[in-house]
Amino acid sequence: MESKIATEAESPTAQTGRSSIGRRIWPALRHFFSSPAALVGCIGLVVVLFTAIFAPWIAPQNPYDLLQLDIMDSRLPPGSESFSGVPYLLGTDGQGRDILSGIMYGLRTSLIVGIASAFAAALIGTTLGLMAAYLGARTENFMMRLVDLQLSFPTILMALMVLAILGNGVTNVVLAIIVAEWATYARTARGTALVEREKEYIDAARCLRIPGRRVLLRHLLPNCLAPIIVIATMQVARAIGLEATLSFLGLGASVTQPSLGMLISNGYQYLLSGLYWISFYPGIALLITIVSINLVGDRLRDVLNPRNAR
Amino acid sequence: MVTTLIRRIIQAGFVILAMTVIVFLGVNVIGNPVDILINPDLNQAERLRVIESLGLDRPLWQQYLSFLHGLTEGNFGNSFVYSKPALDVILERLPATLELALCAMVIAIVVGLPLGLYAGLYPNRVSSRVIMTGSILGFSLPTFWVGLMLILLFAVQLGWLPSNGRGETAMLFGVRWSFLTWDGLSHLLLPALNLALFKTSLILRLTRAGVQEVIMQDYVKFARAKGLRESRIILVHILKNLMIPVVTIIGLEFGSLIAFSVVTESIFGWPGMGKLIIDSINLLDRPVIVAYLMMMVVLFVSLNFIIDVCYTLLDPRVRLDGKG
Repeated sequence: MESKIATEAESPTAQTGRSSIGRRIWPALRHFFSSPAALVGCIGLVVVLFTAIFAPWIAPQNPYDLLQLDIMDSRLPPGSESFSGVPYLLGTDGQGRDILSGIMYGLRTSLIVGIASAFAAALIGTTLGLMAAYLGARTENFMMRLVDLQLSFPTILMALMVLAILGNGVTNVVLAIIVAEWATYARTARGTALVEREKEYIDAARCLRIPGRRVLLRHLLPNCLAPIIVIATMQVARAIGLEATLSFLGLGASVTQPSLGMLISNGYQYLLSGLYWISFYPGIALLITIVSINLVGDRLRDVLNPRNAR
Repeated sequence: MVTTLIRRIIQAGFVILAMTVIVFLGVNVIGNPVDILINPDLNQAERLRVIESLGLDRPLWQQYLSFLHGLTEGNFGNSFVYSKPALDVILERLPATLELALCAMVIAIVVGLPLGLYAGLYPNRVSSRVIMTGSILGFSLPTFWVGLMLILLFAVQLGWLPSNGRGETAMLFGVRWSFLTWDGLSHLLLPALNLALFKTSLILRLTRAGVQEVIMQDYVKFARAKGLRESRIILVHILKNLMIPVVTIIGLEFGSLIAFSVVTESIFGWPGMGKLIIDSINLLDRPVIVAYLMMMVVLFVSLNFIIDVCYTLLDPRVRLDGKG
């Protein structure tokens, strides 16, 4: 509640607000990390991001460089050594690829798809939601009907619909996720903006004859950001999960750039003969990613205004 | 009340109509089933004959009109793959999916409701914390991966349960059901558990939040002050007031269970609609895709309509004017 009042007071003069934000950053961080779960989530997230970004340098092998693969090494259990003596920590798959390296490269694809689609959905949804709240009347009515309609369908069904129409592939998966998720942002943005719209600083801005676009971007948007950031964090996790699911169903990522979902799906056929590691470890990586993001998002929700976030 | 109802029905009709256009156009403009379904060895004359027999040579709007016309009669055209009416192909698979979804829902309620009640009543106990952490896992674990792990554990390692298919079925009301035979039940258990995982967490969290809200109400305090037995307070005063949101969610989520069964069915080789739609997307079997999507659109639009109406009937404070 305290931070909310503070934001409200600062808003009309965004410039002078900066230094006080600086003064608040340390206590805010301390507050954030006072929850052990948030700390665990952050560590997990840092590890995941680090692995994904630096995969080509830290992975023991480039799993998609055919020259580095040896068919003699296929289907080795975790901990065994390669033909030439290099250890495979998490085993190999049917083509002799190192599972650990596969996971590292797979994380990249998963994260890129998840973050890109969640970000695009956030951009589109927030813009539409804010416009709906600010313009009101017809635009709002129409937009919110659309949002209601969209939200009445489960995400996987919307995604399937898009993929059934556009066909398989990574880009189409990104599009499918955007279509499936923009409405959540639109609803949140509009809900918050409706509350903010009534506040004095917006009236003040209007009285000063600041143009509408500027009011929207410089005054309304910054004060609606908190719940949107929370939603966006959670949605990245959901997008990664959705992408993995779609890839698992054979509708997503390409063979040359398999995401975690695709790796898990590759291991499916070996599972019944007891070669568990091909599916198991990519799944663990996926789980760590999703749980870390959710833990951070959960904490963000608590820290940033618990009343607005839903 | 009647006018708003009629307005809602008309709106629902428009939504369905709009979706027919989107779905039909989308599926028909992109992807060319001619290349996929017709044997490339056929000569030109035979090709044309097949194209004509599938109705793919006519202009798009004609195809759409005949599709709309067929829609009113429940006729989506013949499946390219099964050479049977698409709707029949789907309806054949419907009982399997319904059975799976219903079982999952029962599991979710039977597990989620009591656990949520417990976690809400005694939020500070360690066991409650464990339950809540578990429910976070339930949300975060990717369903399909959990399915694989269930197969790995119970089918491969322990060998207790089968991992594929429906098993033996028995007839009831002219439809085949798996839950009537032991073999069928053992086939049903793993997929149902898998599908129930997410909904269990959802119901659990919802129940807990509801309990914590209701428990603060004056009527619960009053019941306590009157010295009523705790079991009566829980069952009558708390549980009864919880039921409105919980029942709503159960109603809403049932539709999504059917949609999400796509994943579970693909893993466990469960011969339902979900597996059918994935196969159809991969084979570009357009009539089946369109019929499935339209069925889902109608299902969800009507589910929402029913829930809206129920709200107004249950709670007069909610009005159907679109502002609520």
